[in-house]
Amino acid sequence: MSNENVIAILKTVRPECEFAGIDDFFARGMLDSFDLTMLVSALEERFGISVEGADILPENFRSVDAILSLLAKYGVPA
Amino acid sequence: MQINVLEYFLKTSDRLPTKVAVVDDREGWTFERLRARAASIGRAITCRTTSTNRPIATYLPKTNDTAASFLGALLSGNCYAPLDVKAPLPRIHAIVDHLDPVLILTTKELGAQLASGGIDRDRLLLLDDVSDNDAAIPDQWLRLIDTDPVYIIHTSGSTGKPKGVVIAHRAVIDYIDWARDCFQIDEHCVIGNQAPFIFDNSTLDLYLCFACGATLHLIPEDLFLFPLRLVEYLADKAINFIFWVPSVMVSVADKRVLDKVSSLSLKKVLFAGEVMPAKHLNIWRSRFPGALFANLYGPTEITVDCTYYIVDRDLRDDEPVPIGRPCRNTDVLILNDQNQPCRNGERGELCVRGSSLALGYWNQQAQTSVAFVQNPINPHHPELIYRTGDLVYKNEREEIIFVGRKDFQIKHLGYRIELGDIEHFALQVSGIRNGCVLYHQEKKEIVLVYEADSEMDPGRIRSELGRDLPKYMWPTSFRRLSELPRTTNGKIDRQQLAMEYGK
Repeated sequence: MSNENVIAILKTVRPECEFAGIDDFFARGMLDSFDLTMLVSALEERFGISVEGADILPENFRSVDAILSLLAKYGVPA
Repeated sequence: MQINVLEYFLKTSDRLPTKVAVVDDREGWTFERLRARAASIGRAITCRTTSTNRPIATYLPKTNDTAASFLGALLSGNCYAPLDVKAPLPRIHAIVDHLDPVLILTTKELGAQLASGGIDRDRLLLLDDVSDNDAAIPDQWLRLIDTDPVYIIHTSGSTGKPKGVVIAHRAVIDYIDWARDCFQIDEHCVIGNQAPFIFDNSTLDLYLCFACGATLHLIPEDLFLFPLRLVEYLADKAINFIFWVPSVMVSVADKRVLDKVSSLSLKKVLFAGEVMPAKHLNIWRSRFPGALFANLYGPTEITVDCTYYIVDRDLRDDEPVPIGRPCRNTDVLILNDQNQPCRNGERGELCVRGSSLALGYWNQQAQTSVAFVQNPINPHHPELIYRTGDLVYKNEREEIIFVGRKDFQIKHLGYRIELGDIEHFALQVSGIRNGCVLYHQEKKEIVLVYEADSEMDPGRIRSELGRDLPKYMWPTSFRRLSELPRTTNGKIDRQQLAMEYGK
């Protein structure tokens, strides 16, 4: 699982945004609640995982690295 | 006899001056403090204008000061018109040109944005400059009558131009008196507010607080991203009454976070704005078996809600949740294509009569006379009904069931959107020759089917649309066709496209 793959998935949700190198998508207003719902579904579908509601927290989705760590926690190989 | 909605607030602030009225993410204000601030803002308005019954726009985030601004506008003898701080500036500019508000209440920072968008600085009244002092409450409002406007709320229009719905004092009084009695609201009620103030759903929250002395918590918008944080907030603030959109309830239920927090105090859960799936409602009901759940229904034009259903029996997961029966002092007609009342089970358009009807659309006489028409069942004297455009029927229990729309209006994440509004701007995107916007109900996607020489970058289409449309109106899915299908008379064949791309 590479940075580029995560960025590609983020791009399906917000095609007009540049995600690389951003430290906090929420602070910059790049993801709202609808985008986050779409992002979670896209990740679930792509990797065959089911993200726990309790894991839907800003710290798990605020950057590409945060998303990579979350995916690792769900057993998606790096 | 109550004439003005301010009477609710002034009586309550006399009765419970030290009780907490509104709480934003910074602090809580007592009724006394809210009243003092409203009076200061009201006086600042009357120093700038002598007009009454004109709109005072607000361009403000959701804070205690915004609640005070609404009250201040009313005290000055005018009505308020909330503008969306998240909408693109050209859209705000178009609304301001059309509305012609005497003043726009805003902050220094947001005011600078408005000015950069070409809005005349002379119209702005900056709240940062309004100092608090103990002078008397303005009395301009005392000369008003109950058919004068209280607020103007803008909704999406089918030609790319938002419509301002003008609501009278008596309509809000009619609605709030019903809600207070129906749901037995008093000062022990702790309300969680979800609806942004640009939506009329917030009318219920604000005026139950003003009328009953209930404490109103303005839930920070960010919390709606993170279901667990939201539920923790509800527990932390001991919120026992909430009125929100089904999207939020569905998200919380789907994410299975309700069981993660034990000390929730929810007693009354009301929802409106879109269809509530019974499956998700059932998850909520099993978590809160003793709580009251109510499905409310109504367009902005009839003052928030005109029918309601208090869930009183088990509903199967695949059953529609009824929108129920008319609220007190409201009548609902279900009319068929011949403008005759439908039999039970027969589908027809839901039409409303009563004191709750809006005064009409601001500066839009033609559109007003299409939607607000003479009651066809009563040829004897003038009597208006509002045609909602919603298709419904009555079941064997005499409960009204919502079916869908007659036209191209959709509900997306609780927002009311005219697909024509999006099409209007999509056709202006460079490279798009023609296009059609559809809604995929199941996937909750706004689909843009467009005609162009080559595949276009969705990011560029969205960025261009973003200059004119708020984000909730941007298409989320894109299909290019070299040519759109046509009907025999040459129009875009929406039905065929809908079968393929919408549902």
